[in-house]
Amino acid sequence: MDDKMLARIEGDPNYRALVKERTAFGWTLAIIMLVLYYAYIAIVAFIPSVIAIKVTGTITVGIFLGAGLIVLSILLTGIYVARANSRYDDLTRAIVASATGVAK
Amino acid sequence: MSRALRLAGPLGVLASPAFAAGPIEAGTRQAVDWSAILIFAGFVALTLGITYWAARRTRTAKDFYAAGGGVGGFQNGLAIAGDYMSAASFLGISALVYTGGYYGLIYSIGFLVGWPIIMFLMAEPLRNLGRFTFADVASYRLAATPIRAMAATGTLVTVAFYLIAQMVGAGQLIELLFGLPYLWAVIIVGVLMVIYVTFGGMIATTWVQLIKAALLLGGSTLISFLVLQKFGFDFNALIAKAVEVHSKHEAILLPGPQVANPINAFSLGMALMFGTAGLPHILMRFFTVSNAKEARKSVFWATTFIGYFYILTFIIGFGAIVLVLTNPDYHVGGDVKAALLGGGNMPAIHLAHAVGGNLMKGFIAAVAFATILAVVSGLTLSGASAVSHDLYASVIRRGKVDEGTEVRVSRITTLVLGVVAIVLGVVFEKINVAFMVGLAFAVAASANFPVLFLSMLWSGLTTRGAVIGGFVGLISALGLTILSPGIWEAVLGYPKGSAWFPYVSPALFTMPLAFLCCWVFSVTDKSARAAKERAAFEAQYVRSQTGIGIDAAAAH
Repeated sequence: MDDKMLARIEGDPNYRALVKERTAFGWTLAIIMLVLYYAYIAIVAFIPSVIAIKVTGTITVGIFLGAGLIVLSILLTGIYVARANSRYDDLTRAIVASATGVAK
Repeated sequence: MSRALRLAGPLGVLASPAFAAGPIEAGTRQAVDWSAILIFAGFVALTLGITYWAARRTRTAKDFYAAGGGVGGFQNGLAIAGDYMSAASFLGISALVYTGGYYGLIYSIGFLVGWPIIMFLMAEPLRNLGRFTFADVASYRLAATPIRAMAATGTLVTVAFYLIAQMVGAGQLIELLFGLPYLWAVIIVGVLMVIYVTFGGMIATTWVQLIKAALLLGGSTLISFLVLQKFGFDFNALIAKAVEVHSKHEAILLPGPQVANPINAFSLGMALMFGTAGLPHILMRFFTVSNAKEARKSVFWATTFIGYFYILTFIIGFGAIVLVLTNPDYHVGGDVKAALLGGGNMPAIHLAHAVGGNLMKGFIAAVAFATILAVVSGLTLSGASAVSHDLYASVIRRGKVDEGTEVRVSRITTLVLGVVAIVLGVVFEKINVAFMVGLAFAVAASANFPVLFLSMLWSGLTTRGAVIGGFVGLISALGLTILSPGIWEAVLGYPKGSAWFPYVSPALFTMPLAFLCCWVFSVTDKSARAAKERAAFEAQYVRSQTGIGIDAAAAH
């Protein structure tokens, strides 16, 4: 990639939109995941008795939180893929087309 | 019997000396289980067939390291799941739940939560920047020689720890099933993995992963179904019974004494979450797909399969407490207070017998064996790539080497790694496999992850910062691991309480330390090279976002 092409891509409004949106969205989801996981670890570490509190019958808070975190992980990655496959891929295609199109 | 022996092929022949040893070792080993051996043999025959087929398709370095770069997102996701769901997950976590209850589930959860992070921040740039190893990405704009030397060292240490866990699991499993000496079992695994990797490269390894992942998911589903069936599909009743029969009773619902110290809980949590993003054999799989979109799909499918599997470990673990703990048949000398037959990592295998008899046990044992073989193959390929692609081709030969020689070096390294794995498997025979994997994660989180992460996302990272940060993370994680109770007391045999570093995992200290060193030694780096490296970030970032230039790079 030469400097001219680099400057062209960086000046492309689609590129700026892609970077801005994807970075914001990716970090938002990552922070949600980090906060919830470390909140869980904090419960394990500081108030472990909460983990053994029974919610329904003998199924405990700990089991619900654990299964919940696993399901949440799958859901969040699914949400990211859904958005990336539509919005981000469209933007990327447009960027590549304009960058390589003018280069010829 | 003779027919069965013939069908069993090489494994059957190797199994035969067990008859002679049988009476002497009857206390610890079980009778030879032909259903298990036949299923084993079937898997081995199938995978060797695939290896033969793959060997004829492995011509270029790209074929060898990245299966030609044309694996689809769904297949790669399943293969990643195959790489990731190791014997440590299946045997180790069920063993941890079996002895400690809820403590084991903290591992299940921690092993999964790294995946969303990989997806949101790393998967796409990784695919857009790399070719064969994660060092390709880390050295994209930094000095190749020192960065690759560091990354290769990090890879080899992580791979070594992880290999130990797999070899120990394999040894105990085959000892239990075949009545074979532990050493022989470890050798069988070593030899098969060397065959897969040297002849079939990434193509064979990927297929072995796919078959194994499907078998493991199917087998775990079946066991879980049968366990729940025994309790009228009432998970409540299963937990209630587990609490009733376990010697710790209600305490098995608590996180357990191992994480009673908050530092232990956070350190373990950190190692599991970020270690995932620094495992070289997992990162390598991102280079087998053609573009960022497929990389993304891979992570989604991997997360789904792995998440589903870890939910099942809840059922399998508690099921083992109820159905294995109280059954004298599964304990040495028929005494429920005595050790488990075949060693501490075997609850899942005995559980299979408890719910489905000999045939089920044979099937699950074969699945566990396939799991181990697949994971060790992936690990070995990644270790061999670090040596041939990073150390040999880039550091020693400075890039002046043809592909054929590089792949040949990779094959020779595979052979050496096979021998090393066998030796390590013997030395660490008594260790809990999930604990050992926890240590591999700590090293991956402290050495590989910070450098890879910063090289992709922080423009200020320089070669000096990355090398110092990476080595500080690696050496501190390794050092504190050796000084921790798991190695200092359990392996080196020093008295209890004498360990210098009292926590289960060093990641809480070593990962931030690595990040700090990367930062400090980068911002204070005033050299001309550092200025150039910072300036080169712009072009790297554009490529990592858009993938422009990726085809040209893959072709050279």
